[in-house]
Amino acid sequence: MSAPPTTPTRPPTDRTPSPAPGSGILTASAAFVGRATRHSLRDVEALLMAVVLPLMLMLVFTYVFGGAISPSGDYLDYVVPGIVLTCAGFGAASTAVGVAQDMTTGTINRLRTMPVPSGTVLVGHVVASLARNLLATAVVVLAAVLIGFRPAAGALEWLAVVALLGLYILAITTVFAMLGLLAHSPEAASGYGFVLLFLPYASSAFVPVATMPSWLHGFAEHQPITPVIEATRALLAGSPPGGHALVAILWCFGIIAVAAALTAYVFPRRVAR
Amino acid sequence: MQRAGFFVYAAHYVCHTQCMMYTESPVLELAGVSKGYGGEPVLRGLDLSLGRGVHALLGPNGAGKTTLINILTTLVPHDSGTVRVLGLDPATQAGRIRHRISVTGQFAAVDEVLTGRENLVLMGRLLGLRPAAARARADELLERFEIATAGGRRVATYSGGMRRRLDLAISLIWPPEVLFLDEPTTGLDTRSRIALWDQIRTLAAEGTSVFLTTQYLEEADQLAEQITVLDGGRIVAQGSAGHLKSLVGGAFLRVLDGSGTVVQEVATDGSAADLARVSAEVAATAPGLRVELRQPTLDDAFLHLTGHRAHPTEDSADRPDDNAPHGLEVAR
Repeated sequence: MSAPPTTPTRPPTDRTPSPAPGSGILTASAAFVGRATRHSLRDVEALLMAVVLPLMLMLVFTYVFGGAISPSGDYLDYVVPGIVLTCAGFGAASTAVGVAQDMTTGTINRLRTMPVPSGTVLVGHVVASLARNLLATAVVVLAAVLIGFRPAAGALEWLAVVALLGLYILAITTVFAMLGLLAHSPEAASGYGFVLLFLPYASSAFVPVATMPSWLHGFAEHQPITPVIEATRALLAGSPPGGHALVAILWCFGIIAVAAALTAYVFPRRVAR
Repeated sequence: MQRAGFFVYAAHYVCHTQCMMYTESPVLELAGVSKGYGGEPVLRGLDLSLGRGVHALLGPNGAGKTTLINILTTLVPHDSGTVRVLGLDPATQAGRIRHRISVTGQFAAVDEVLTGRENLVLMGRLLGLRPAAARARADELLERFEIATAGGRRVATYSGGMRRRLDLAISLIWPPEVLFLDEPTTGLDTRSRIALWDQIRTLAAEGTSVFLTTQYLEEADQLAEQITVLDGGRIVAQGSAGHLKSLVGGAFLRVLDGSGTVVQEVATDGSAADLARVSAEVAATAPGLRVELRQPTLDDAFLHLTGHRAHPTEDSADRPDDNAPHGLEVAR
C-alpha cells in the first residue's frame, strides 16, 4: 500500500449536526402500529382473504359436509367456534409474510442503524394482526348468526369469548412473527404458515375427537387448539367452560412466552448480509 | 480599547478554529480490522483513518465494501482489530453511534405500501420529531429531492431513481454527522446519477461527512476528496484521484488508424524519450497510423493496482463516462 498524500482538509464548519434524539419504545410502537395498520388496510387482497376464506369455510362445512357430519342439522352450533379459530390462523399467517418482507427489503437493517428500538417493528405487526383478526372474526360470527347460529351466551360470556380469542390470536401471531424472522423469504414464510393452519383439523374444531382414529386421540385432545375451542364452544352455549378455559389460557401464555423469548433471541442475531 | 478587543477576539477565533482543525478526532478509524463469514475471510486487516469530507471506497463486487459498511454502521460485529466511528466503538457504543449517522443501503429500504410522504413522516417520528415537525420536514425534503408531486403516491409506483432519492431523503431527515452510502447510484440512468451526485455534493458542503462505496471510478473521481481502493478484502491504495492516477506512471499513447479508430494503447513512462521510442515502434508496424496522448484515468489506476478492472465489462455500457477503452489490449 502506498503512502496516502495529505489532501487539504476542508475548513471546519461550525455547523456540526447535532445528534438525533431518536424515539422510545412507546413512540416507536405507536408509529409501527400505524404503519402496519396502513399495510393491512391497503393490502385489499389479504384483507379479503382473511374474511372471505373463513366465510367460505363455514358455508362449506355447514351446507356441504354438515348434513353428512350431523344429519340432525345442529352442526352449525358445533362448528362455528372451530371456523373462528381457523380464521384466526389465516389472518395471522400474513404477519409472517410481513415480517419476512421487512427482513429481506432491508427495512429492519435500516432501523437497526437508527436510534430506534428496532424490535418495536414487530409490535406493530402483532397489534395490526390482532385488529385484523378480531375484525374478521366479528364478520364470521355475524354471518353465522345470519345463517341460523343462535349462541346462548350472555354479555359476560361474550366478553370472555372476545378475551380468549384475543389471547389465542396473540399467541398464534407471535408464533408467525417468529417464523417470519426465521424464514429466508416472504414466500417461505407463507409456506411455514400453511403447516400451522392444519392444526385445527386435528382438533375438536370440526368433528369431536372421539370420532377420530384412536392413534390421533392423544394429539387431538392435548394440542393447544382443542381446549381453546372447547372453552369457546362452552361459553357461546352459555355454559361454564370449566377446566378447558384454564388449560387454554395456560397454553396461550406458554406459547407467547416461548415465541417471544425465541424472537428476542433471534431478532438481534438475524442480519441480512 | 474597542480595536484591541477586536484583535484579541480575532486571534482567539483563529486559534480556536486552528485547534479544532488539529484536535478533531478522525471520523472513521480502523486498525487491523478483519471479518470473515463461515471461515471465509472477507476483510483482511484493514487500516484506515479518515477525517471529515467525502470519501469513496472503490472496489469490485465481492471486495468487501458492503461488509465494511455493515461494520461501520453497527449492523455486524467485526472479528478482530479496532473500529472507531466518530471516536466511538461500535461493539460497545452502537447506541450512541446510531444517533449521529445515517445509512442508505445498496437496495432502497423504502416502504412500498406507504406513500413517499408517509415514509418520511414515519422515519421522522422514529428519529424523534413531533408529528407536525415530521410532516413539515417531509414536505421540505420532498421538495428538495424533486419528488413533491409524487409525495402522495405509493412508493410501489416510483421509478428506481425516485426510490433512491426518497431513500437519501430519509437519511437526511435529521442531518447526520456521517452519511454512509452503499453503491448509491448502481442501476441508475445517467441523469438520475448526476442528480444524486449534486445532492451528495450539497450535503457535503453543509457539513456532513460522506462515506460512499462504489464500483464506478467516475463516481469516486467526481465526488471524493479521498479514495480508498479495496480489493479482495485488502486496501491496495489510498489517496486523491490525482494521486491514484499518478501511480500508473505516464501518459498512454493511443494509436489510431486512418479512419480514426483506436487500434492500440501503449503505456509509457511519460518521458519524451519513451514516447519517441514507442512512436517509432508503432510507426514501423503499419503505414498511415496516427497517435495521440491520453492521460491516465482512475480505471487505469485500478487496473494497475489490482490487475483487473473495477467492474465487469457488461456494466460499462451504462457507465457515465466510457472513454476508457475496454477490450483493448494495454501493452506495457
